[in-house]
Amino acid sequence: MNIFGDALNWIIDPANYSGPGAIPMRLLEHLGFTFLTLLVASAIAIPFGFVIGHTGRGRGLAVTTSGGLRAIPTLGLLTLVALWIGIGLGAPYVALTVLAIPPILAGAYTGFEAIDRGAIDAARAVGMSEVQILTQVEIPLGLPLLIGGLRSAALQVVATATLAAYVADFGLGRYLFSGLKTRDYAQMLGGSILVILLALALEGIFATIQRVVVPRGVASTRLLVDRARPARPRPGMEPAITKGNP
Amino acid sequence: MFTVKKGRLAAIAAVAVGAVVALAGCASGDPLGAGSTASGDSKTLVVGSQDYYSNEIIAEIYAQALEANGVTVDRQFRIGQREVYLPEITGGKIDVFPEYTGSLLQALDKKAAGGTADETYAELKKTLPSGLSVLDQAAATDQNSWTVTQAFAKKYNLTDIASLKKVTEPITVGGNSELETRPYGPTALKEKYGIETAGFKPVEDGGGPLTVKALVQGDIQLANIYTASPNIKSDNLVALTDPDGLFFPDNVVPVVSKKVDDKTAAVLNKVSAALSAENLVSLNSESVNDQKSAKAIAADWLKQAALF
Repeated sequence: MNIFGDALNWIIDPANYSGPGAIPMRLLEHLGFTFLTLLVASAIAIPFGFVIGHTGRGRGLAVTTSGGLRAIPTLGLLTLVALWIGIGLGAPYVALTVLAIPPILAGAYTGFEAIDRGAIDAARAVGMSEVQILTQVEIPLGLPLLIGGLRSAALQVVATATLAAYVADFGLGRYLFSGLKTRDYAQMLGGSILVILLALALEGIFATIQRVVVPRGVASTRLLVDRARPARPRPGMEPAITKGNP
Repeated sequence: MFTVKKGRLAAIAAVAVGAVVALAGCASGDPLGAGSTASGDSKTLVVGSQDYYSNEIIAEIYAQALEANGVTVDRQFRIGQREVYLPEITGGKIDVFPEYTGSLLQALDKKAAGGTADETYAELKKTLPSGLSVLDQAAATDQNSWTVTQAFAKKYNLTDIASLKKVTEPITVGGNSELETRPYGPTALKEKYGIETAGFKPVEDGGGPLTVKALVQGDIQLANIYTASPNIKSDNLVALTDPDGLFFPDNVVPVVSKKVDDKTAAVLNKVSAALSAENLVSLNSESVNDQKSAKAIAADWLKQAALF
């Protein structure tokens, strides 16, 4: 009995591509759920992260809170919320948003923290307002780390979103639960493989975005820094990022 | 060093194989007077239970009843799946295990006929593999049921499963995802009774608090809830009667290994004779509503029943 082969057969079986609970529908549900969760978590976490990163205040609070949030078992939270608001998608959205907030928050404020203070001081010295510093210096320079936070959140959410099926007829988790309970392990493993593929695809997309959003000036110094530290900085690049600055 | 390690491994393997062979010899060496060699003061029986709070209470009752009759008991509770523990009982590693007649029968034989409680029990006895036997079944049952709220039942004057046909609003079914494909699931409702259901909402907590809440809130109208669940009473639910035997009767029955002798069997039979359906519901309620431990619940019940 080759369960892995069975699982692959299950994935390519045309019967699983039509009717209710078809694979494309479940994939779309899963993806939609992941994106909406990331969107809501970003809307909450990014502004907070920017404020913390810009002012330098509340970092301790953010670290402890997000550490605490990370420690919450998602299934436990999901059950608790579902007991309160009932079955359906509400509880999974809440539980998964809580899961996604810490990495996005951390990405947002560490992105700001990694910026060379000299760059910000220079911006202030040439007369930029705080808003200009935020939008023209800190956000662009902090973006790669923020995307990194989003990337790690996406990975966690896409894998954990299988739990949505615990209380709703939704997502790839349905294959896992019904496969497990009916001892249809081909379906269970097939569902898991689909989740893995989805996670890998998202990883690829986010890795590309992360590379693209690095500002050109930073990218070129990074390249040089990565290759070998240049003997002297290129003219005009003094205020740019050097890695590992406190 | 490598060879030393290898040598040690071989020694361990030899001991392990030897032990297995020796143990196997013990298990099959005394086919007639099962347990007679092991009986006496040093006799230890292993009592197991499923990973289900109600099953653990019953196992604890068995364990305490045995202890009250001079048997040393080793408790191995909360074992997950039937596929895991059944071989352990056959192999003589577990000696007493609370089971449910219909579910066990269906697990052993997918094509089992079922029927009344007695028919199911008789069929189960015939189906059991050698090395396993069941003692007397209790009146207590904990079986699957189609359950609705009392208000819903009153509105449409529902009594048995077939009467669901009178319902004019859409019926959404809720329960574990396997319910969708089980022989008593929504498909059976349609084929056997012509009852149309309006969809299936999976709630993966086995008829637990989430399912009950969904039913009470009206997210679902029909749920699969175990009949011994204390929620049926506390949340005003009605388990529809099942005159046609859609569900297999699930009477509580001890499954035992060969090590259980007649005297020990008599102890367990006495327990089963006293364990009524109402008893089981109130035992479960003590666990769910009063948060008492299985040990305390079992001790209280045995004291009240005054069997020994």
